[in-house]
Amino acid sequence: MTEQANRLLDGPRGPKPKRVFSRRNIFLYGTLLMVTIYYAIPLYVMIVTSLKGLPEIRLGNIFSPPMEVTFEPWTKAWGEACTGLNCNGLSSYFWNSIKITVPSVIASIIIASVNGYALANWRFKGANLFFGILIFGAFIPYQVMLYPIVIMLRELGLYGDLSGLIIVHTIFGMPILTLLFRNYFTSLPEELFKAARVDGAGFWGIYFRVLLPMSLPIFTVAVILQVTGIWNDFLFGVVYTGPEAYPMTVALNNIVNTTQGVTEYNVNMAATILTALVPLVIYFVSGKLFVRGIAAGAVKG
Amino acid sequence: MESSISIRDLDLRFGSVEVLQGLNLDIGVGEFLVLLGSSGCGKSTLLNCIAGLLDVSDGQIHIGGKNVTWAEPSERGIGMVFQSYALYPQMTVEGNLSFGLKNAKMSKAEISQRVARAAEILQIEPLLKRKPAALSGGQRQRVAIGRALVRDAEVFLFDEPLSNLDAKLRADLRVEIKKLHSRLGNTMVYVTHDQVEAMTLADRIAIMKGGQIMQLASPNEIYNRPKNLYVAEFIGSPSMNFIHGELKGGDFVADGLSIPMTGYEFADSSEKEGKAIIGLRPEHIATGDNLASAVSRTKAKVSLVEPMGSDTIIYASVGSHPIHIRMDGQATVKPGDEVEIGFQPARANLFDPSTENRL
Ligand SMILES: Nc1ncnc2c1ncn2[C@@H]1O[C@H](COP(=O)(O)OP(=O)(O)OP(=O)(O)O)[C@@H](O)[C@H]1O
Ligand SMILES: [Mg+2]
Repeated sequence: MTEQANRLLDGPRGPKPKRVFSRRNIFLYGTLLMVTIYYAIPLYVMIVTSLKGLPEIRLGNIFSPPMEVTFEPWTKAWGEACTGLNCNGLSSYFWNSIKITVPSVIASIIIASVNGYALANWRFKGANLFFGILIFGAFIPYQVMLYPIVIMLRELGLYGDLSGLIIVHTIFGMPILTLLFRNYFTSLPEELFKAARVDGAGFWGIYFRVLLPMSLPIFTVAVILQVTGIWNDFLFGVVYTGPEAYPMTVALNNIVNTTQGVTEYNVNMAATILTALVPLVIYFVSGKLFVRGIAAGAVKG
Repeated sequence: MESSISIRDLDLRFGSVEVLQGLNLDIGVGEFLVLLGSSGCGKSTLLNCIAGLLDVSDGQIHIGGKNVTWAEPSERGIGMVFQSYALYPQMTVEGNLSFGLKNAKMSKAEISQRVARAAEILQIEPLLKRKPAALSGGQRQRVAIGRALVRDAEVFLFDEPLSNLDAKLRADLRVEIKKLHSRLGNTMVYVTHDQVEAMTLADRIAIMKGGQIMQLASPNEIYNRPKNLYVAEFIGSPSMNFIHGELKGGDFVADGLSIPMTGYEFADSSEKEGKAIIGLRPEHIATGDNLASAVSRTKAKVSLVEPMGSDTIIYASVGSHPIHIRMDGQATVKPGDEVEIGFQPARANLFDPSTENRL
């Protein structure tokens, strides 16, 4: 046996040193930086512009920061901007959007999660057919269904009303959400479900007491998908509601497209940011959970 | 024998796949029955049918004298333990144990009394407030057993409960399950891949193949008198030696080998003639000091030696037949050596090559 001291030879030892400026790193971070700039610049321009007065905007330097910060465009966008018919700003439409989004998100997620659970765990007769039809539904272009739904809502007396739009959003969220929940519940160990059945839990008992507590990540994903999808919707909003019930996106469009007088870029920008605020906040608050939920399908619960 | 579980003409199909066909099985009260078989032979499926987790395609299942073919799993008086433990991850150990009792609308006092008793039996009292994620594999499996225990079930169903554990823990828990069985005295049906588990735990073993029971007998019987080639090959490690040959006037003759079969018990106590396969367990081939008890002797040429500590497996050939032999761990043999071996006809097995059944 050799002595302790000379057992270690010269040369590599311990962790391999990493070079900060390797070609790989430069390429990687360079790409990331470019993508970041690509997405950040429009946002920057919007924010900067929304804080400038009109005379300053007319100078034309869209990248320069405001010389004099003013919040007047924001208050105007919120309370006074003209949306074609009236000049009350976005505020009432903001509440319309809330009134549309909250119930449709809740309803669609509740229904879809129960659907997904039944499809994944209770394999009832015709489950595959039902699932097939549902998935097929996801591929039918919206345009095809636009007018038939107008007629259906009119017959039901819901056309032009918030509740009609809520129903439409709930239904259109079904295919993708059901797929999402079904796949998540399928990925959970089947023995858990069997154990719960032996323990005497029924359909709802297993859903509420065993599966729901394990499913926070996937519910977060569903909330984010639905909130952004429904909040950002323009087409259904413009088709199925009347001027009083327009969601915020439609109102924003009307503000930006108002043809009277000068184009108030700063107000338009402020209005746009206001409209985008809700999805933005949702992402910031739950981004981490979102990533975890997306990955959850791959990792065994 | 009064039967606790009785399975009558059970069929189970998944679409067009026949998994179980016309299966009949009676399990006595307090019996420990082990279902043993290769992967995919339908052990779990059978267990799930007994538990009511699968709807049977045909036939009946009776538990405790009641026809439970259409009953819900929770109404069958069973407790089930799964390979993956299947503990509810969001509940504490206590919550896991009491979940079934709460579903049965049992009173709080009764629940806590039962949970305490199960925890005491399984020695998991200090763990009651923990979540399953904070338990070791062995502790989780104990909790899983506890979940069956609190239900006071008359039948326990185990689906490979120990196969996720390491060898040491497996041996410990095996002993614990055996103790638990003798303490509770309820019927247990236990699915496993592991022969040692099967041999040590079982009152009777059912060897399954392709959805059918090949042999249902005590471990001793299965080991010593396998009913057919499949069972003979399946049980025992290293597996039995098989030599094709012929029965002629009371002798088994194969090329370079002749063994008088005096002392062999034929299945219907009448001697047979004609083609046969002889099955010899590696540990029943006598060497060294044991040679005295052997009836017929011959020489074998060693080609490979595997020392395992307690014993040594040698691979050798007799005439043109490769065989393996279990020798004493202290034996000193080298490849190339010739060793004298002896056969004991009383411990041999003869099979008909065409029907594969025991002669
Ligand atoms: N849902 C199903 N649909 C179709 N075939 C199935 C289904 N479940 C099991 N099978 C088939 O039934 C057969 C028996 O399966 P089973 O799970 O009972 O095997 P096993 O004996 O428990 O095997 P292992 O020891 O690997 O657990 C297998 O061939 C399997 O492919
Ligand atoms: Mg199995």
